[in-house]
Amino acid sequence: MGASFASLINMNGPGHYIHWGIIQISVANLVLIGVMVLVFIAAILIPYRRHGDGDR
Amino acid sequence: MTLRTDLDSDTSADVVADLPEDADQWTAKLRHAAVEALPPERLMPDRQPAYVASWIYVFGVLTLASLAVVIVTGTVLAVFGPTWWHVSSEGLFVNSLHLWSVEVFFFTMIVHLWGKFFMAAWRGRRRATWITGVVSFVVSVGAAFTGYLSQQNFDSQWISTQAKDGINSTGAGAIFNVTNFGQMLMWHIMLLPLVVVMLVGVHVLLVRRRGVVPPFAPPDRVVREEEPTGLRETAAPVEQR
Amino acid sequence: MTSSAETANHRHGRHFNPDRDVEEWHGRYYPYDLVKEFLIALVVVVLLVVVLAVVFSSPDEKPVTVKSWSTSNPIDFAQTAITELDGTSPVATYGPPYNTTAGSSQSIGPFSPESWLGVHHPIDTANDFVLAPLRTLPSQPKVEAAVAKYTSAPTDQQAKWTAAYEKSIASPKVSFIAGTLTVPTGSYGPVRTIIGSLTSMARSGALDGALLSSRQFYGTDYTKPLLFIADGTYLADLAQNQHLSGDQWGMMNETGNYPGQAWLWLYTFWYQVPPMNSSSNGDLQVWAIMMVLTLGLALLPFIPGLRSIPRWSRVYRLIWRQHYGELGGKQSSG
Repeated sequence: MGASFASLINMNGPGHYIHWGIIQISVANLVLIGVMVLVFIAAILIPYRRHGDGDR
Repeated sequence: MTLRTDLDSDTSADVVADLPEDADQWTAKLRHAAVEALPPERLMPDRQPAYVASWIYVFGVLTLASLAVVIVTGTVLAVFGPTWWHVSSEGLFVNSLHLWSVEVFFFTMIVHLWGKFFMAAWRGRRRATWITGVVSFVVSVGAAFTGYLSQQNFDSQWISTQAKDGINSTGAGAIFNVTNFGQMLMWHIMLLPLVVVMLVGVHVLLVRRRGVVPPFAPPDRVVREEEPTGLRETAAPVEQR
Repeated sequence: MTSSAETANHRHGRHFNPDRDVEEWHGRYYPYDLVKEFLIALVVVVLLVVVLAVVFSSPDEKPVTVKSWSTSNPIDFAQTAITELDGTSPVATYGPPYNTTAGSSQSIGPFSPESWLGVHHPIDTANDFVLAPLRTLPSQPKVEAAVAKYTSAPTDQQAKWTAAYEKSIASPKVSFIAGTLTVPTGSYGPVRTIIGSLTSMARSGALDGALLSSRQFYGTDYTKPLLFIADGTYLADLAQNQHLSGDQWGMMNETGNYPGQAWLWLYTFWYQVPPMNSSSNGDLQVWAIMMVLTLGLALLPFIPGLRSIPRWSRVYRLIWRQHYGELGGKQSSG
């Protein structure tokens, strides 16, 4: 039972960070924020079809 | 009409039906106000205006669903106590569910915020909806903060000894002692969740009360107050206020 | 039919403001199942969270104890302990809410809520971190004698002893061999014994317990051991390695490669820029800025200019393009 709860990817190693001017951000946070922006853009751009939508 | 006092042969429905309503009662007044503000068809509508047609609209309900998962996983952690997740792999898994549901909660909440900002969703007497939303966000940050403080590991040691400086500078450290684990745990599992749930509840009820904010007028049209704004094809569920 | 928005405008004598008001919707409605939508959202979130938990798990770095600190770096522990005894440590000179130290409270002009609220969690580092724990040690006549000699000495004599020791303990000649601190010879009075025995007590684990249970058996308030540990460099070095320091935008970060609290990005940003990054009032300044900005976000509907950004940015044209398309079709065919 214990083995099945160990993670598939070990995230406990030394963190990876990006330095850009005064900005220092972890890869994890950057990916998270990047995905948020992409999801927001996708949510606006992807067409929304209503259920059983015929002519309008 | 007199009150009937002989109950032997009466069903309770007859007795209720024969009593005139006492409209001066606080109970009756409150009930009237509630039903007027949120009649059933507005509280739980089965239709939405045609302009609700974008995937951005699902992020409010995704945030709600994430909050539900945060609360359920937090409840499991509470059932077994604050040490459990350090000593059991099942506990660590539930802790992981709790941590990731919090990340998903903030993710969806902020995408929802961006969407509502670009829709200027405070228009049309919806300012209270916007304000309760922002306050919910701020209180949620506080709830997450007390959660990080309650971890009883290196992370909470560092966070508490660092955060104390900011909080002490405002004077709040006199009452809100981030190095006091017992206090932070109680804020995290009781006080702040209650406030978050109440705020989110009011926020959602306000959305139902005013409806989803209508779009801006198309850019090429000049809006005049008397100008009709659209076709009147399908009846609105309830007269919008 | 008069819409309520129009009634409101007439009542207040205001013109229609597109950033504040709406035209009521009199158009079509479509079926929309809110309950089903919520349940689908719930299933999606549960699946997503389960996958994330299975793939990544969650971090749990073991906490530092006074024992682990003093075992790893007994010299740093001793260097910290002497500053707690002579009242020069960060905690000893912190001011409210721990103690009163002139000029220690942060302020912006005359505004200093820290000093107004005052001392609520009193800590006397010499007694609470050093002398009182040593007094709990049983059958230690040398230690008892040293504590008694120190506390009965006049304060200027105490200051001479502690100053001499503090200078020596910073020397590179200090060593820790076979469980004993070796400090260059000097006039330390009882201070050498006090710090030496406190270091041994720390390495045994007894100091952790003494600091936590100083008032009661069931301790849940870790203020004393945490503040003592944080006065040393051990905790800060570990944090620096994990990129958690304030000047590393650490507030946003988590140990290892986990995402942290990305929503704190703006709060921690202010600590990276002048004057907050070097001011002794930096914490209060950052809080003041964040309170103003948060208030601005909450009251955005009332702020002209800012509340017009959504309309000017025209992102809404993408969000409602289906609606505008329907309107355009009807207008051209109507």
